Amino acid sequence: MRNPFRTCPTTGLDVHKDADALIKANAVAATVALLIGGATAVLVLLTRWQAVHLLSDVWFYRILTVHGMNMLIFFILFFEMAVLYFASAVLLNSRVAAPKTGWVAFVLMLAGAAMVEWAMFTGRADVLFTSYVPLKAHWAFYLGVILFAVGAILVTAIFFATLVVAKRENTYEGSVPLVTFGAMTAAIIAAITLLHGAAIYIPTFLWSLDLMHVDPQVYRLVWWGLGHSSQQINVAAMVAIWYLLGALTVGAVVVNEKISRTAFVLYILFISMASAHHLLVDPGFGPSWKIVNTSYFMYMAVLASMLHGFTVPAGIELGMRLRGFTQGIFGWLRRAPWHDPGFSALCLSVVVFGFVGGITGVTFGTEQINIIAHNTLRIPGHFHATVVSGTAMAFMGVTYYVIPLIFRKKIAFYGMAKWQPWVFSAGMLVFSTAMTFAGTFGVPRRHWDVTFSGAPFGVEYSAAVDLLFAVMAAGGLVAAVGGAMYIVVTVWSVFFGKPLGDEMTQSALAGTVPPGLYTRPFTELPAEPAKLKEHGRLGTMPGTMILVGVFLLAFVVYYFANWKLLSAMWQIG
Amino acid sequence: MHATGITPPQGVWWKPAHKSEKVWATVAFAWCMVLFAMMPVWHLRGGQNPSGIRAKVDPADYQARVQEFIRDYQVGTDAGFPVVAPPPGSDVYLIGQMWSWLPVVQLEKGAEYTLHLSSLDVNHGFNLYPFNVNFQVVPGYDYGLRIVPTEAGEYGVVCNEFCGVGHHLMVGKVIVVEPGGAGGAGAGEADGAAETTGASQPAGAGVESDPQ
Repeated sequence: MRNPFRTCPTTGLDVHKDADALIKANAVAATVALLIGGATAVLVLLTRWQAVHLLSDVWFYRILTVHGMNMLIFFILFFEMAVLYFASAVLLNSRVAAPKTGWVAFVLMLAGAAMVEWAMFTGRADVLFTSYVPLKAHWAFYLGVILFAVGAILVTAIFFATLVVAKRENTYEGSVPLVTFGAMTAAIIAAITLLHGAAIYIPTFLWSLDLMHVDPQVYRLVWWGLGHSSQQINVAAMVAIWYLLGALTVGAVVVNEKISRTAFVLYILFISMASAHHLLVDPGFGPSWKIVNTSYFMYMAVLASMLHGFTVPAGIELGMRLRGFTQGIFGWLRRAPWHDPGFSALCLSVVVFGFVGGITGVTFGTEQINIIAHNTLRIPGHFHATVVSGTAMAFMGVTYYVIPLIFRKKIAFYGMAKWQPWVFSAGMLVFSTAMTFAGTFGVPRRHWDVTFSGAPFGVEYSAAVDLLFAVMAAGGLVAAVGGAMYIVVTVWSVFFGKPLGDEMTQSALAGTVPPGLYTRPFTELPAEPAKLKEHGRLGTMPGTMILVGVFLLAFVVYYFANWKLLSAMWQIG
Repeated sequence: MHATGITPPQGVWWKPAHKSEKVWATVAFAWCMVLFAMMPVWHLRGGQNPSGIRAKVDPADYQARVQEFIRDYQVGTDAGFPVVAPPPGSDVYLIGQMWSWLPVVQLEKGAEYTLHLSSLDVNHGFNLYPFNVNFQVVPGYDYGLRIVPTEAGEYGVVCNEFCGVGHHLMVGKVIVVEPGGAGGAGAGEADGAAETTGASQPAGAGVESDPQ
């Protein structure tokens, strides 16, 4: 019998060939979805920019539906399936528990996605991503989502089964690595999320066939158990990838396993309550329900994110200091490998997710402040900073390591790959910031024409809004270029790239793969770690203490500025 | 030596946290408590809360209430829509349907009203322009919000929940007049009047009185 494993020459891990193949298939599917989502993003952008106003009203809402489904469901979930196989089978040296079921799941997800794409592109599902009942789509749209979700739930089950197999077959010693623990968090949240998906899409599918009634408010409640929770899978998966990239690029250490793992557990316990963020100005729920849920029971999930926001940079700082980069407060940051696309993607993801996505998200998710944010451009401004600048950026960064490690290919156009995170992140930062500001003027999201031509009454936004739309367009187009660079690099590497030999030295690999692969900071720990120096009250990780202090200051200022803005409104109660 | 995130930690890893981690965890926890406390505090002390009076309602019943409301208090028409001026303290009914808001409402500055929002068909979104005030309008549910207009002028009501292909045409109007004066402002007025009011102001700008 042939050996079902290969030994990775970089990490020394035994990689199961089925895991290899399943990771590849899911990653390729994710990239196809990203391509569709990215192309439609440009069309949406050029329509909302009123100076161009590219698409007709019908096609705008249709393409917006396509953009949402491909980015938020297909791209993200296919990629997360790959992450689940990687974090279980590869990191634990294990076989995949049920590879055949893995392929069944993949085919189900593919078939479901194809049905949804068909319904959307043929105009049978002009209901946007949220598909709020009683706006009705063709039954194939709902059935497609159900099939996709069933496939994803199977992969989640295979992930847990693989953990059991690895433990039973003693493929590793000690506890599971933190990255696997984080992926497990994502998988548990995925199970919760996908059950909500089943709970709402099965009745809605039956409703589309006129077999039952679905209450519009109940739909919004349960649907957001899917819609928002699925973004929390992203958060958990993204944080796991932060730890992974930290280890791969600079040998970041886990400062304290207890703190990081407890923070993941806080996600599991509380983060799913965030679906209430979408229901704060809804008629179906009272203030107590709104306060308890929107705050994840006293902001315990925010606490978790703030802990990770500390431990990730702290792990990088400590890892660098132990390897001798001990100069001053920020010497470790100055001498970090900024030219490594894995490392720059990691840092940009952490910073933009935290400063823009995180702060705006918590602020808009405050019960009363939501009055001045709900359904305006502030909301997509927020989630482009989280899902795109945070999650997608981290996913892109890890791809530069997945291609050599799993696909065993060199990175094509490596010079372009080095710039890709910077271009993408800078574009998205400008885009989402401009979008958020436009939203403070009350400009609605998901709207074809904010000049309201043909409407019975006129509404004319400030001239600043026109400027902000232009800035949004500029940022969005730069980000689209960054996205295209990513697709060119990854597709070319995977399908036409040069195979990677077994020699893992700098002379053999420099300029073709990220430097973490031949410097191997994650395996080559220093025999004698550098001595850590206490910096008074700032402790042994002074740089990180200053960074999180700046973060907290920005958070406090933005949060209270919004209360001030709210207090200028009409009295409402 | 610490483990990295991809190596299995050996032995007991439940160890005391580093000093700086303890400091940050404490600060972050305290900030979370501030975030949590602000919401109940604003219910007690603040002037803007999305609580309202919430009830289920049959869309046909709600439509009948709106018709009655229009019949009782209509003072004119504007762009083909009835302009309705209810007395201070009364219930105001606004209906969202594909793709218009009915009726045009005329209120007095400084008076309290209960603004009822509901939909006859799909979800709609209530956005008051140029104030950036937003509420979800759900079919089958009556959202009654006690409001006190703080500034005279003409306001747009923009639908901000996708409700079908005519979504962008769904704009309504609220007129706020000085107390006791200027009745019947709606009748026969030019449609373009709304465009001149506060058109270039950001949300909330130009408000001098403290609504609290």
